[in-house]
Amino acid sequence: MRAYRMIAAMWIRSTMAYRTSFVMTTVANFTATALDFVTILLMFSRVDALGGYSLPEIAFLYGLSSTAFGLADLVIGSMERLGRRVRDGTFDTLLVRPAPVLAQLAADRFALRRLGRVTQGSLVLGYALTAVDIEWTPLKLLLMPVMVISGAAIFSAVFVAGAAFQFAAQDASEVQNAFTYGGTTLLQYPPTVFAKDLVRGVTFVLPLAFVNWLPATYVLGLPYPLRLPQWTAFTSPLVAVGCCALAGVAWRAGLRAYRSTGS
Amino acid sequence: MGAGRLYGAVAAGGFRRYATYRAATAAGVFTNTVFGLILVYTYLALWDEKPHLGGYDQAQAITYVWVGQALLSTLAIGGGGVEDELMERIRTGDIAIDLYRPADLQLWWLSADLGRALFQLMGRGVIPFVFGALFFPVALPSDAGTWAAFLVAVLLAMLVGFGIRFLVGLSAFWLLDGTGVAHAAWITGFFCSGMVLPLNVFPGAIGDVVRTLPWSSLLQAPADVLLGQADPWGVFLFQAAWAAALLALGRLVQSTATRRVVVQGG
Repeated sequence: MRAYRMIAAMWIRSTMAYRTSFVMTTVANFTATALDFVTILLMFSRVDALGGYSLPEIAFLYGLSSTAFGLADLVIGSMERLGRRVRDGTFDTLLVRPAPVLAQLAADRFALRRLGRVTQGSLVLGYALTAVDIEWTPLKLLLMPVMVISGAAIFSAVFVAGAAFQFAAQDASEVQNAFTYGGTTLLQYPPTVFAKDLVRGVTFVLPLAFVNWLPATYVLGLPYPLRLPQWTAFTSPLVAVGCCALAGVAWRAGLRAYRSTGS
Repeated sequence: MGAGRLYGAVAAGGFRRYATYRAATAAGVFTNTVFGLILVYTYLALWDEKPHLGGYDQAQAITYVWVGQALLSTLAIGGGGVEDELMERIRTGDIAIDLYRPADLQLWWLSADLGRALFQLMGRGVIPFVFGALFFPVALPSDAGTWAAFLVAVLLAMLVGFGIRFLVGLSAFWLLDGTGVAHAAWITGFFCSGMVLPLNVFPGAIGDVVRTLPWSSLLQAPADVLLGQADPWGVFLFQAAWAAALLALGRLVQSTATRRVVVQGG
């Protein structure tokens, strides 16, 4: 943790060297993610519902997914640079330093501008909470923070697993984007929109549905497209722990199999 | 060496350079296909709710998605074109070496970018498009003329796309770190090219405005030609006018910028 903090602080200082660029990238990051939501707004300027969901209900899904992903991206999003470091040989320098490789890599090029996405996600979530009609119970209230934290953990596991995969497939970092950015985009829309097989895939195979779809449909009181018992809405923390454990195993396997590029 | 051959060689170099990264290309194909899938389902839900939205039927809307995925990296709408390298060379000062070369800066980078775009179209664009056409009901023209017109529109889109991104790259002469401008540019590009939603679905005045901006040449224009929604000659004229204006502006900015270059001795 200490190594992570120090490297992150160093990168924050270095980003501040080009202050105009920092301000622009943060604003751009905020706007870029906001445009996803503007797209949804544009859609709703033409229709009243999408897949049986109203605008506030979709905003609820969107806010949860975007905040959880934003947190994961802020903390550990730099992992996607692993492939490049393996290719150009700079990964070796991380191995000889007296600090955990995972911490060094996660903090590498720590980008404070990614707060833009977290901010935007929370704002949309805030709007959704005021606009959506939910019959609040203590259980539902408790589920809210649990959802966001478990979601961030699940996305972090995807980042780590993706990085482990890059040990094997060095310049295929874009595959990871399909699961990270693609995953969050998918979760921003209602599960009812997608084909059953796709929903099954992200429920049972790559359990992204536990980030928001499953717990959120419970909170909203809407049916999930697959027949699942209601208690599954509360299993997100367990799924998150399982994902992180598997990602950890994958990471260690990748690291062990790593051979330097040599020259 | 004739000028034509020189720039031809630069373009071929750009093509080969990207062709080297086979795993990256395969990864890109996969990512484009996944994003295409997500978009297709949201569009299906949208068009279910409102058939003939924006004048497209459902098959046309699906086709539009896959045209978008095919052109995304070709036109570097979300970044990844030669402008990244141009900015890096300006920042490090290597640009001074480029200025020594007996070649025109803009034409040099244009050739390199065209080579890159051509590879991305064939390497990354075609497969997601074919996948979409095989697994979803699409609306494709049956006459060769429309396909030819589509390819002309794509070529003009490459010119417009480069015109915009060259200006983005040159901004590094003033800002040194061009990351911010590049980010801002790709967001604008994403939104205004119709990548997120076809421009004819945009409501009222916003729709009219985005349709006149240069970015509409990138995706909306070729897609409308392919879907038979627009007269090809009108589209070509629109794209060519923007290409000429942007390239001329790029030339102007280039000559202003290169006068600022100070080579530090060593």
